[in-house]
Amino acid sequence: MSDRSTLNRNLAQMLKGGVIMDVTTPEQARIAEKAGACAVMALERIPADIRAAGGVSRMSDPKMIKGIQEAVSIPVMAKCRIGHFAEAQILEAISIDYIDESEVLSPADDVYHIDKRKFNVPFVCGAKDLGEALRRINEGATMIRTKGEPGTGDVIQAVRHMRMMQSEIRRLTSLSEDELYEAAKQLRVPYELVSYVHDNGKLPVVNFAAGGVATPADAALMMQLGAEGVFVGSGIFKSGDPVKRAQAIVKAVTNYNNPSVLAELSEDLGEAMVGINESEIQLLMAERGK
Amino acid sequence: MKIAILALQGAFAEHETALRKLGAETFLVRNKQDWAQEKDGLVIPGGESTAMTRIMRDEELWDPIRDEILGGLPVFGTCAGLIMLDKEHLSTMNITALRNAYGRQLGSFYTDDEFKGIGRVPMTFIRAPYIAEHGDGVEVLATVDGRVVAARQGAQLVTAFHPELNDDSRIHEYFLDIVSAKSI
Repeated sequence: MSDRSTLNRNLAQMLKGGVIMDVTTPEQARIAEKAGACAVMALERIPADIRAAGGVSRMSDPKMIKGIQEAVSIPVMAKCRIGHFAEAQILEAISIDYIDESEVLSPADDVYHIDKRKFNVPFVCGAKDLGEALRRINEGATMIRTKGEPGTGDVIQAVRHMRMMQSEIRRLTSLSEDELYEAAKQLRVPYELVSYVHDNGKLPVVNFAAGGVATPADAALMMQLGAEGVFVGSGIFKSGDPVKRAQAIVKAVTNYNNPSVLAELSEDLGEAMVGINESEIQLLMAERGK
Repeated sequence: MKIAILALQGAFAEHETALRKLGAETFLVRNKQDWAQEKDGLVIPGGESTAMTRIMRDEELWDPIRDEILGGLPVFGTCAGLIMLDKEHLSTMNITALRNAYGRQLGSFYTDDEFKGIGRVPMTFIRAPYIAEHGDGVEVLATVDGRVVAARQGAQLVTAFHPELNDDSRIHEYFLDIVSAKSI
Protein backbone atom coordinates (compact mmCIF):
# COMPACT_ATOMS: atom_id res chain seq x y z
CA MET A 1 0.00 0.00 0.00
CA SER A 2 2.28 2.74 -1.19
CA ASP A 3 0.38 4.35 -4.04
CA ARG A 4 -0.66 7.99 -4.34
CA SER A 5 -4.27 7.15 -3.57
CA THR A 6 -3.29 5.71 -0.18
CA LEU A 7 -1.09 8.72 0.64
CA ASN A 8 -3.95 11.01 -0.34
CA ARG A 9 -6.42 9.12 1.84
CA ASN A 10 -3.85 9.38 4.64
CA LEU A 11 -3.71 13.18 4.39
CA ALA A 12 -7.50 13.29 4.88
CA GLN A 13 -7.03 11.13 8.00
CA MET A 14 -4.72 13.81 9.41
CA LEU A 15 -7.45 16.44 8.91
CA LYS A 16 -9.97 14.52 11.03
CA GLY A 17 -11.42 16.23 14.06
CA GLY A 18 -10.61 19.54 12.40
CA VAL A 19 -12.23 22.50 10.70
CA ILE A 20 -11.48 23.51 7.10
CA MET A 21 -12.28 27.17 6.55
CA ASP A 22 -13.08 29.10 3.37
CA VAL A 23 -10.78 32.11 2.99
CA THR A 24 -10.49 34.74 0.27
CA THR A 25 -7.33 36.61 1.31
CA PRO A 26 -3.95 35.82 2.92
CA GLU A 27 -5.12 37.85 5.92
CA GLN A 28 -8.19 35.64 6.40
CA ALA A 29 -6.01 32.56 5.93
CA ARG A 30 -3.74 33.69 8.75
CA ILE A 31 -6.75 34.33 10.99
CA ALA A 32 -8.06 30.84 10.20
CA GLU A 33 -4.71 29.18 10.90
CA LYS A 34 -4.29 31.06 14.16
CA ALA A 35 -7.81 30.09 15.22
CA GLY A 36 -6.87 26.41 14.80
CA ALA A 37 -8.15 25.52 11.31
CA CYS A 38 -6.63 22.22 10.09
CA ALA A 39 -6.70 23.48 6.47
CA VAL A 40 -8.04 26.38 4.42
CA MET A 41 -10.02 26.48 1.18
CA ALA A 42 -8.73 29.31 -1.00
CA LEU A 43 -11.38 30.94 -3.16
CA GLU A 44 -12.07 34.32 -4.67
CA ARG A 45 -15.58 34.56 -3.34
CA ILE A 46 -17.16 32.65 -0.50
CA PRO A 47 -20.31 30.70 -1.38
CA ALA A 48 -22.71 33.30 0.05
CA ASP A 49 -21.26 35.87 -2.34
CA ILE A 50 -21.17 33.44 -5.26
CA ARG A 51 -24.86 32.86 -4.65
CA ALA A 52 -25.56 36.59 -4.42
CA ALA A 53 -23.51 37.46 -7.50
CA GLY A 54 -25.03 34.80 -9.76
CA GLY A 55 -23.47 34.12 -13.17
CA VAL A 56 -20.80 31.56 -13.98
CA SER A 57 -18.44 30.81 -11.15
CA ARG A 58 -14.98 29.36 -11.95
CA MET A 59 -11.70 28.25 -10.40
CA SER A 60 -9.91 31.07 -8.54
CA ASP A 61 -6.93 32.99 -9.91
CA PRO A 62 -3.80 30.86 -9.25
CA LYS A 63 -1.96 33.99 -8.12
CA MET A 64 -4.53 34.53 -5.39
CA ILE A 65 -4.21 30.88 -4.32
CA LYS A 66 -0.41 31.15 -4.24
CA GLY A 67 -0.70 34.20 -2.00
CA ILE A 68 -2.60 32.06 0.48
CA GLN A 69 -0.13 29.16 0.16
CA GLU A 70 2.63 31.57 1.13
CA ALA A 71 0.69 32.98 4.06
CA VAL A 72 0.08 29.73 5.98
CA SER A 73 1.75 26.41 6.79
CA ILE A 74 -1.43 24.30 6.99
CA PRO A 75 -2.76 22.50 3.88
CA VAL A 76 -4.35 24.72 1.23
CA MET A 77 -7.27 23.43 -0.82
CA ALA A 78 -8.95 25.00 -3.83
CA LYS A 79 -12.06 24.35 -5.90
CA CYS A 80 -12.41 23.43 -9.56
CA ARG A 81 -15.64 23.01 -11.51
CA ILE A 82 -17.24 19.58 -11.77
CA GLY A 83 -15.75 17.83 -14.79
CA HIS A 84 -13.24 20.60 -15.51
CA PHE A 85 -10.04 18.54 -15.59
CA ALA A 86 -8.03 21.40 -17.09
CA GLU A 87 -8.74 23.55 -14.03
CA ALA A 88 -7.68 20.57 -11.91
CA GLN A 89 -4.43 20.26 -13.89
CA ILE A 90 -3.71 23.92 -13.21
CA LEU A 91 -4.31 23.47 -9.49
CA GLU A 92 -2.03 20.43 -9.49
CA ALA A 93 0.63 22.50 -11.27
CA ILE A 94 0.69 24.96 -8.37
CA SER A 95 1.01 22.04 -5.88
CA ILE A 96 -2.33 22.49 -4.19
CA ASP A 97 -2.76 20.10 -1.24
CA TYR A 98 -6.37 19.07 -2.04
CA ILE A 99 -8.74 19.84 -4.93
CA ASP A 100 -12.45 20.19 -4.20
CA GLU A 101 -14.35 19.20 -7.35
CA SER A 102 -17.20 21.37 -6.25
CA GLU A 103 -20.85 21.95 -7.03
CA VAL A 104 -20.44 25.43 -5.54
CA LEU A 105 -18.84 26.48 -8.82
CA SER A 106 -20.76 26.24 -12.10
CA PRO A 107 -20.43 22.68 -13.45
CA ALA A 108 -18.34 22.37 -16.62
CA ASP A 109 -19.69 18.94 -17.56
CA ASP A 110 -23.19 17.66 -16.89
CA VAL A 111 -22.31 14.01 -17.53
CA TYR A 112 -18.76 13.25 -16.50
CA HIS A 113 -16.86 14.02 -13.34
CA ILE A 114 -13.07 14.31 -13.47
CA ASP A 115 -11.12 11.05 -13.74
CA LYS A 116 -9.36 11.75 -10.48
CA ARG A 117 -7.20 8.63 -10.64
CA LYS A 118 -5.14 10.36 -13.32
CA PHE A 119 -3.91 12.92 -10.81
CA ASN A 120 -1.24 12.76 -8.14
CA VAL A 121 -2.93 15.48 -6.14
CA PRO A 122 -5.89 14.43 -3.93
CA PHE A 123 -9.56 15.25 -4.50
CA VAL A 124 -12.48 15.78 -2.14
CA CYS A 125 -15.99 15.52 -3.62
CA GLY A 126 -19.48 16.23 -2.36
CA ALA A 127 -22.12 13.53 -1.96
CA LYS A 128 -25.78 13.54 -0.90
CA ASP A 129 -26.02 9.81 -0.39
CA LEU A 130 -24.01 6.60 -0.35
CA GLY A 131 -24.27 5.97 -4.09
CA GLU A 132 -22.86 9.39 -4.94
CA ALA A 133 -20.09 8.99 -2.37
CA LEU A 134 -19.02 5.59 -3.73
CA ARG A 135 -19.19 6.77 -7.35
CA ARG A 136 -16.86 9.65 -6.51
CA ILE A 137 -14.51 7.31 -4.63
CA ASN A 138 -14.52 4.98 -7.63
CA GLU A 139 -13.47 7.94 -9.81
CA GLY A 140 -10.56 8.51 -7.42
CA ALA A 141 -11.82 10.88 -4.72
CA THR A 142 -9.86 10.26 -1.50
CA MET A 143 -12.15 12.28 0.77
CA ILE A 144 -15.92 12.87 0.80
CA ARG A 145 -18.03 15.67 2.20
CA THR A 146 -21.77 16.31 2.31
CA LYS A 147 -22.98 18.75 -0.30
CA GLY A 148 -25.07 20.75 2.11
CA GLU A 149 -26.35 23.94 0.62
CA PRO A 150 -23.37 26.30 0.57
CA GLY A 151 -23.67 29.95 1.35
CA THR A 152 -27.04 29.68 3.05
CA GLY A 153 -26.19 29.28 6.71
CA ASP A 154 -28.95 26.65 6.73
CA VAL A 155 -27.66 23.29 7.91
CA ILE A 156 -30.72 21.25 6.88
CA GLN A 157 -29.24 19.81 3.69
CA ALA A 158 -25.96 18.79 5.29
CA VAL A 159 -28.00 17.02 7.97
CA ARG A 160 -30.15 15.31 5.34
CA HIS A 161 -27.09 14.11 3.38
CA MET A 162 -25.23 12.87 6.45
CA ARG A 163 -28.29 11.06 7.80
CA MET A 164 -28.99 9.53 4.40
CA MET A 165 -25.41 8.32 4.04
CA GLN A 166 -25.25 6.85 7.54
CA SER A 167 -28.59 5.09 7.24
CA GLU A 168 -27.65 3.61 3.85
CA ILE A 169 -24.35 2.42 5.35
CA ARG A 170 -26.24 0.76 8.21
CA ARG A 171 -28.61 -0.86 5.73
CA LEU A 172 -25.70 -2.18 3.68
CA THR A 173 -23.98 -3.71 6.69
CA SER A 174 -27.16 -5.69 7.42
CA LEU A 175 -27.37 -7.28 3.96
CA SER A 176 -26.31 -10.85 3.40
CA GLU A 177 -23.29 -11.34 1.14
CA ASP A 178 -25.27 -12.57 -1.84
CA GLU A 179 -27.43 -9.42 -1.70
CA LEU A 180 -24.40 -7.18 -2.21
CA TYR A 181 -24.25 -7.75 -5.99
CA GLU A 182 -27.70 -6.27 -6.42
CA ALA A 183 -26.84 -3.44 -4.02
CA ALA A 184 -23.78 -2.64 -6.15
CA LYS A 185 -26.00 -2.53 -9.23
CA GLN A 186 -28.47 -0.19 -7.58
CA LEU A 187 -25.75 2.11 -6.29
CA ARG A 188 -24.02 1.97 -9.72
CA VAL A 189 -20.62 1.18 -8.20
CA PRO A 190 -18.21 -1.77 -8.24
CA TYR A 191 -18.89 -4.70 -5.95
CA GLU A 192 -15.57 -4.22 -4.09
CA LEU A 193 -16.63 -0.81 -2.75
CA VAL A 194 -20.00 -2.11 -1.59
CA SER A 195 -18.30 -5.08 0.02
CA TYR A 196 -15.89 -2.75 1.87
CA VAL A 197 -18.76 -0.72 3.34
CA HIS A 198 -20.63 -3.93 4.24
CA ASP A 199 -17.61 -5.30 6.12
CA ASN A 200 -16.42 -2.08 7.78
CA GLY A 201 -19.60 -0.08 8.36
CA LYS A 202 -18.00 3.06 6.97
CA LEU A 203 -16.73 4.66 3.79
CA PRO A 204 -13.20 3.69 2.72
CA VAL A 205 -12.25 7.39 2.94
CA VAL A 206 -12.73 10.18 5.45
CA ASN A 207 -16.16 11.84 5.44
CA PHE A 208 -16.62 15.52 6.41
CA ALA A 209 -19.70 17.72 6.76
CA ALA A 210 -20.06 20.77 4.55
CA GLY A 211 -22.70 23.33 3.72
CA GLY A 212 -24.60 25.69 5.97
CA VAL A 213 -22.54 25.21 9.15
CA ALA A 214 -22.70 28.59 10.92
CA THR A 215 -22.48 27.97 14.69
CA PRO A 216 -20.60 25.76 17.18
CA ALA A 217 -23.88 23.91 17.70
CA ASP A 218 -24.16 23.22 13.94
CA ALA A 219 -20.63 21.79 13.96
CA ALA A 220 -21.37 19.61 17.00
CA LEU A 221 -24.61 18.39 15.39
CA MET A 222 -22.76 17.26 12.27
CA MET A 223 -20.04 15.51 14.30
CA GLN A 224 -22.62 13.67 16.38
CA LEU A 225 -24.34 12.58 13.17
CA GLY A 226 -21.09 10.91 12.11
CA ALA A 227 -19.02 13.56 10.34
CA GLU A 228 -15.27 13.19 10.93
CA GLY A 229 -14.65 16.93 10.61
CA VAL A 230 -16.30 20.05 9.24
CA PHE A 231 -15.94 22.50 6.37
CA VAL A 232 -17.09 26.01 7.21
CA GLY A 233 -17.61 28.29 4.25
CA SER A 234 -19.43 31.55 4.61
CA GLY A 235 -20.26 30.97 8.28
CA ILE A 236 -17.07 32.51 9.64
CA PHE A 237 -16.12 35.48 7.53
CA LYS A 238 -19.76 36.50 6.98
CA SER A 239 -20.31 36.75 10.74
CA GLY A 240 -19.88 39.68 13.09
CA ASP A 241 -16.74 38.44 14.87
CA PRO A 242 -14.84 36.00 12.59
CA VAL A 243 -11.89 35.40 14.97
CA LYS A 244 -14.07 34.45 17.90
CA ARG A 245 -16.47 32.38 15.83
CA ALA A 246 -13.62 30.53 14.10
CA GLN A 247 -12.05 29.58 17.44
CA ALA A 248 -15.42 28.56 18.85
CA ILE A 249 -16.20 26.26 15.91
CA VAL A 250 -12.72 24.66 16.13
CA LYS A 251 -13.26 23.89 19.80
CA ALA A 252 -16.82 22.72 19.17
CA VAL A 253 -15.52 20.07 16.76
CA THR A 254 -13.06 18.79 19.40
CA ASN A 255 -15.70 18.84 22.18
CA TYR A 256 -18.73 17.89 20.08
CA ASN A 257 -19.94 15.49 22.76
CA ASN A 258 -19.67 17.88 25.68
CA PRO A 259 -22.76 20.13 25.99
CA SER A 260 -21.40 22.22 28.87
CA VAL A 261 -18.31 23.14 26.83
CA LEU A 262 -20.53 23.83 23.82
CA ALA A 263 -22.71 26.12 25.93
CA GLU A 264 -19.67 28.15 26.91
CA LEU A 265 -18.44 28.29 23.33
CA SER A 266 -21.80 29.49 22.06
CA GLU A 267 -21.89 32.51 24.36
CA ASP A 268 -21.44 36.00 23.08
CA LEU A 269 -20.29 35.17 19.55
CA GLY A 270 -21.86 38.26 18.02
CA GLU A 271 -23.93 38.24 14.88
CA ALA A 272 -24.14 34.91 12.98
CA MET A 273 -24.35 35.08 9.20
CA VAL A 274 -27.83 36.15 8.19
CA GLY A 275 -28.70 33.00 6.28
CA ILE A 276 -31.32 32.01 3.75
CA ASN A 277 -33.80 29.24 4.46
CA GLU A 278 -33.65 26.25 2.16
CA SER A 279 -37.15 26.97 0.87
CA GLU A 280 -36.17 30.51 -0.17
CA ILE A 281 -33.32 29.38 -2.43
CA GLN A 282 -33.64 29.69 -6.16
CA LEU A 283 -30.61 27.58 -7.03
CA LEU A 284 -30.00 24.22 -5.39
CA MET A 285 -26.27 23.63 -5.78
CA ALA A 286 -26.53 20.16 -4.24
CA GLU A 287 -28.42 19.03 -7.35
CA ARG A 288 -25.33 19.65 -9.48
CA GLY A 289 -23.32 16.57 -10.44
CA LYS A 290 -24.65 13.21 -9.24
CA MET B 1 -1.14 -0.34 31.15
CA LYS B 2 -3.17 2.80 30.41
CA ILE B 3 -2.26 5.15 27.58
CA ALA B 4 -3.68 8.64 27.16
CA ILE B 5 -4.17 9.73 23.55
CA LEU B 6 -4.34 13.44 22.83
CA ALA B 7 -7.56 13.81 20.81
CA LEU B 8 -7.75 17.53 20.05
CA GLN B 9 -7.41 17.10 16.27
CA GLY B 10 -5.92 14.59 13.86
CA ALA B 11 -5.50 10.83 13.48
CA PHE B 12 -5.98 9.82 17.11
CA ALA B 13 -8.43 6.99 16.35
CA GLU B 14 -5.72 5.13 14.37
CA HIS B 15 -3.41 5.13 17.42
CA GLU B 16 -6.29 3.95 19.59
CA THR B 17 -6.84 0.98 17.27
CA ALA B 18 -3.13 0.15 17.09
CA LEU B 19 -2.64 0.28 20.88
CA ARG B 20 -5.78 -1.70 21.67
CA LYS B 21 -4.69 -4.43 19.28
CA LEU B 22 -1.61 -4.76 21.47
CA GLY B 23 -3.76 -5.10 24.57
CA ALA B 24 -3.19 -1.63 26.02
CA GLU B 25 -6.01 0.30 27.65
CA THR B 26 -6.50 3.76 26.16
CA PHE B 27 -8.49 6.91 26.78
CA LEU B 28 -8.88 10.11 24.77
CA VAL B 29 -7.84 13.50 26.13
CA ARG B 30 -9.81 16.57 25.07
CA ASN B 31 -9.71 18.68 28.22
CA LYS B 32 -8.25 18.99 31.73
CA GLN B 33 -10.77 16.58 33.26
CA ASP B 34 -9.74 13.87 30.80
CA TRP B 35 -6.08 14.58 31.47
CA ALA B 36 -6.55 14.22 35.24
CA GLN B 37 -7.04 10.44 34.88
CA GLU B 38 -4.22 8.10 35.81
CA LYS B 39 -1.98 7.12 32.94
CA ASP B 40 1.25 5.31 32.18
CA GLY B 41 1.98 6.98 28.86
CA LEU B 42 0.84 9.57 26.31
CA VAL B 43 0.48 9.53 22.52
CA ILE B 44 0.42 12.78 20.54
CA PRO B 45 -0.94 11.89 17.08
CA GLY B 46 -0.50 13.33 13.60
CA GLY B 47 -2.63 16.25 12.51
CA GLU B 48 -1.87 19.96 12.31
CA SER B 49 0.49 21.24 14.99
CA THR B 50 -0.93 24.78 14.71
CA ALA B 51 -4.44 23.50 15.47
CA MET B 52 -3.19 21.33 18.36
CA THR B 53 -1.17 24.22 19.80
CA ARG B 54 -4.17 26.53 19.72
CA ILE B 55 -6.53 24.07 21.41
CA MET B 56 -3.92 22.91 23.97
CA ARG B 57 -3.36 26.51 25.02
CA ASP B 58 -7.06 27.33 25.20
CA GLU B 59 -7.90 24.17 27.15
CA GLU B 60 -5.04 24.91 29.56
CA LEU B 61 -3.48 21.56 28.76
CA TRP B 62 -0.10 22.96 27.72
CA ASP B 63 1.60 23.24 31.12
CA PRO B 64 0.09 20.11 32.72
CA ILE B 65 1.17 17.96 29.76
CA ARG B 66 4.62 19.54 29.64
CA ASP B 67 5.11 19.07 33.38
CA GLU B 68 4.21 15.38 33.32
CA ILE B 69 6.48 14.66 30.35
CA LEU B 70 9.35 16.46 32.07
CA GLY B 71 8.46 14.46 35.18
CA GLY B 72 9.13 11.25 33.24
CA LEU B 73 5.79 10.30 31.66
CA PRO B 74 6.59 8.22 28.55
CA VAL B 75 5.37 9.93 25.37
CA PHE B 76 5.15 8.92 21.71
CA GLY B 77 4.72 11.68 19.13
CA THR B 78 4.11 11.04 15.43
CA CYS B 79 4.47 13.74 12.75
CA ALA B 80 2.68 16.74 14.32
CA GLY B 81 3.31 14.97 17.64
CA LEU B 82 7.05 15.13 16.96
CA ILE B 83 6.74 18.85 16.27
CA MET B 84 4.82 19.37 19.52
CA LEU B 85 7.74 18.00 21.57
CA ASP B 86 10.45 20.08 19.88
CA LYS B 87 12.19 23.15 21.26
CA GLU B 88 9.78 25.60 19.67
CA HIS B 89 6.70 23.94 21.15
CA LEU B 90 6.46 21.94 24.41
CA SER B 91 10.25 21.85 24.43
CA THR B 92 10.56 18.58 26.31
CA MET B 93 13.01 17.12 23.77
CA ASN B 94 16.33 18.45 22.68
CA ILE B 95 15.32 18.54 19.01
CA THR B 96 14.32 21.12 16.43
CA ALA B 97 11.80 20.00 13.82
CA LEU B 98 11.58 21.39 10.31
CA ARG B 99 7.86 21.56 9.47
CA ASN B 100 6.59 20.51 6.03
CA ALA B 101 10.19 19.55 5.33
CA TYR B 102 9.23 17.56 2.22
CA GLY B 103 6.91 20.25 0.86
CA ARG B 104 3.21 20.01 0.13
CA GLN B 105 1.06 16.92 -0.37
CA LEU B 106 2.76 16.10 -3.70
CA GLY B 107 5.93 15.58 -1.64
CA SER B 108 4.28 12.98 0.64
CA PHE B 109 5.76 9.51 0.17
CA TYR B 110 6.02 5.94 1.41
CA THR B 111 9.20 3.99 1.96
CA ASP B 112 10.68 1.40 4.28
CA ASP B 113 13.92 1.68 6.12
CA GLU B 114 15.93 0.53 9.13
CA PHE B 115 14.69 1.40 12.62
CA LYS B 116 17.31 0.84 15.30
CA GLY B 117 16.52 -2.24 17.39
CA ILE B 118 13.56 -3.28 15.21
CA GLY B 119 14.71 -3.70 11.63
CA ARG B 120 13.04 -2.54 8.43
CA VAL B 121 9.71 -0.85 9.05
CA PRO B 122 7.11 0.75 6.75
CA MET B 123 7.22 4.54 6.83
CA THR B 124 4.41 6.76 5.59
CA PHE B 125 5.33 10.44 5.39
CA ILE B 126 2.40 12.87 5.01
CA ARG B 127 3.44 16.53 4.62
CA ALA B 128 6.00 15.40 7.15
CA PRO B 129 8.66 17.15 9.19
CA TYR B 130 12.12 15.82 9.95
CA ILE B 131 14.46 16.52 12.82
CA ALA B 132 16.76 19.27 11.58
CA GLU B 133 18.85 19.52 14.75
CA HIS B 134 19.28 17.38 17.82
CA GLY B 135 21.40 17.78 20.90
CA ASP B 136 22.52 15.99 24.06
CA GLY B 137 20.59 12.96 25.20
CA VAL B 138 18.91 12.33 21.86
CA GLU B 139 19.41 8.93 20.26
CA VAL B 140 18.75 8.74 16.52
CA LEU B 141 16.63 5.68 15.68
CA ALA B 142 16.07 6.10 11.96
CA THR B 143 17.23 8.18 9.05
CA VAL B 144 15.90 8.41 5.50
CA ASP B 145 18.19 9.93 2.88
CA GLY B 146 20.41 11.24 5.66
CA ARG B 147 17.55 13.04 7.45
CA VAL B 148 16.66 12.09 11.03
CA VAL B 149 13.09 10.77 11.04
CA ALA B 150 12.90 8.92 14.37
CA ALA B 151 14.56 9.55 17.71
CA ARG B 152 14.37 8.86 21.40
CA GLN B 153 15.35 10.83 24.48
CA GLY B 154 14.77 8.86 27.67
CA ALA B 155 11.11 7.85 27.67
CA GLN B 156 10.23 10.20 24.80
CA LEU B 157 9.86 8.63 21.36
CA VAL B 158 9.18 10.50 18.11
CA THR B 159 8.70 9.56 14.47
CA ALA B 160 8.26 11.94 11.54
CA PHE B 161 6.27 9.20 9.78
CA HIS B 162 3.03 7.46 10.77
CA PRO B 163 3.35 3.92 12.17
CA GLU B 164 -0.39 4.10 13.02
CA LEU B 165 -1.27 4.10 9.30
CA ASN B 166 0.29 0.71 8.60
CA ASP B 167 -0.56 -2.72 10.01
CA ASP B 168 2.98 -3.21 11.30
CA SER B 169 2.70 -2.75 15.08
CA ARG B 170 6.38 -3.03 16.06
CA ILE B 171 6.93 0.67 16.78
CA HIS B 172 3.85 0.82 18.99
CA GLU B 173 5.21 -2.28 20.77
CA TYR B 174 8.54 -0.50 21.13
CA PHE B 175 6.72 2.39 22.83
CA LEU B 176 4.77 0.07 25.13
CA ASP B 177 8.10 -1.52 26.11
CA ILE B 178 9.35 1.93 27.14
CA VAL B 179 6.14 2.37 29.16
CA SER B 180 6.48 -1.01 30.92
CA ALA B 181 10.15 -0.42 31.69
CA LYS B 182 9.17 2.87 33.29
CA SER B 183 6.32 1.54 35.41
CA ILE B 184 8.31 -1.35 36.94
